Amino acid sequence: MYLTSEEILETIEMVRMENLDIRTVTMGISLRDCSHPDIDIFNQNIYEKIVGKAENLVSTAEAVEDLYGIPIINKRISVTPVAIAAEACQSPDFVSVAQTLDKAAKEVGVNFIGGFSALVQKGMTNGDRRLIESIPEALAKTERVCSSINLASSKAGINMDAVALMGDVIKKAAKLTADADSIGCAKLVVFANAPDDNPFMAGAFHGVGEAECVINAGVSGPGVVNSAVRRLKNPSLGEISEEIKKTAFKITRMGEMAAREVSQRLGVEFGVVDISLAPTPAVGDSVAEILEAMGLERCGTHGTTAALALLNDAVKKGGAMASSSVGGLSGAFIPVSEDAGMIRAVNDGALSLEKLEAMTCVCSVGLDMIAVPGDTSASTISAIIADEMAIGVINKKTTAVRIIPAAGKKVGDSVEFGGLLGAAPVMNVSAFSSEEFIKRGGRIPAPIQSLTN
Amino acid sequence: MKTDRFVITVIGVDTVGIVAGVTRVMSDFSVNIIDIRQTLMEDIFTMLMIGEVKNENFILKDFQEKMTEVGQDLKVEIRVQHEDVFRYMHRI
Repeated sequence: MYLTSEEILETIEMVRMENLDIRTVTMGISLRDCSHPDIDIFNQNIYEKIVGKAENLVSTAEAVEDLYGIPIINKRISVTPVAIAAEACQSPDFVSVAQTLDKAAKEVGVNFIGGFSALVQKGMTNGDRRLIESIPEALAKTERVCSSINLASSKAGINMDAVALMGDVIKKAAKLTADADSIGCAKLVVFANAPDDNPFMAGAFHGVGEAECVINAGVSGPGVVNSAVRRLKNPSLGEISEEIKKTAFKITRMGEMAAREVSQRLGVEFGVVDISLAPTPAVGDSVAEILEAMGLERCGTHGTTAALALLNDAVKKGGAMASSSVGGLSGAFIPVSEDAGMIRAVNDGALSLEKLEAMTCVCSVGLDMIAVPGDTSASTISAIIADEMAIGVINKKTTAVRIIPAAGKKVGDSVEFGGLLGAAPVMNVSAFSSEEFIKRGGRIPAPIQSLTN
Repeated sequence: MKTDRFVITVIGVDTVGIVAGVTRVMSDFSVNIIDIRQTLMEDIFTMLMIGEVKNENFILKDFQEKMTEVGQDLKVEIRVQHEDVFRYMHRI
């Protein structure tokens, strides 16, 4: 028999009971050939290009979903950072570009389009500045557009002028979407060492070294890993790591197969499969619960960073064995609002912002979907970003901040976004000022590559 | 001619007529049965069938919809998935 019953049933169980899915199939589209000094013509060009390339994306992904019986939850698009594509436009702002992206996303039926972005790790061009200043209004006036800014890299250091600017931008985005719990900020992320091929939102953009059009897939399955770990009888940590590796291997194989089928049917190059444990608000589909399955009473207690390091590394090892095209972020995500276990840990007082920051040293992203009081100052937000950028730059890894200074909310309140974005308890920030530090501006130099202690 | 194999999984309470109901649909769509097994998944009755399709006019979506319909009548859950998903996931 060429397929055993156990193999078939294991796969079925992963989908039925443990929320295994392909979280996203994201089509990356280059907009570099759309440039034009007249912004109306530019908008026309990008609309036609996106709709032309992606018109069959959703129906094709759905057909593959049926073929294999594996849900593909989101179909999305990422584009060349708009600051680059729209740089030549003679216009004071790029809000109309965001609106065009939104319109194109709705036309082809994708739920998010990423790439209202700029890469400013070393400095800002005029286009970068116009894009960044357009972000609050762009996010308030659109529904599906996501924005990301790369503020730092291990090769360039940290652009502290841009870090300071982003504190203001995030505050403005929160204010302009105050009537919807500041949801604008949930669609905005800042990075250190942003990957060019990340399929996950809000940080997806189509990097400058990428092909004309590619298909990247993001595969997930915290629920599957959680169940696999919990099935072990009194395991050692080595055995837990082994089990996570095997599970990540299987998930990645499945994701790569489905993504290749989508790309082949569309006649578009296959890019990467990003094996990231991305939690959802569904019960059991939680990264925090995996850490708790290892023996921690609550996520956030002492030992959490070590457990997360084990998890993240084992996921990468399993993924790298399963596919030669692993890319993007690949690891474990720890968004607070999207993970029922994280929310419980915050509400129980087990998980603080400081602990989350420590956890980002060993996981694949950063401070993600964190709500803080609405009266948090722009400089404090910038300082939180600066800390996170420093972790990424020094450790040569991607880190990110997606923070929501929820307008009108205090510690103890919560914000409600619904859907995959979930709900977040408002967390406490330090009452002491960082203003003078942030005001200094300039650049924190790139780190030394030797003397690594 | 391209041959596709599908794994058909029936999950639920064992009742009279499950095999008859499922195989009738397979026959209507010219799906040849190459394997049939019964097992338990966490104490739930599970039937696994592997069907082979050689017909170029076979429309998977229609077949799946018909199977879902039969499943609703028999009060069981029926899934139809291409065999590759199982092969890729577990075999190198």
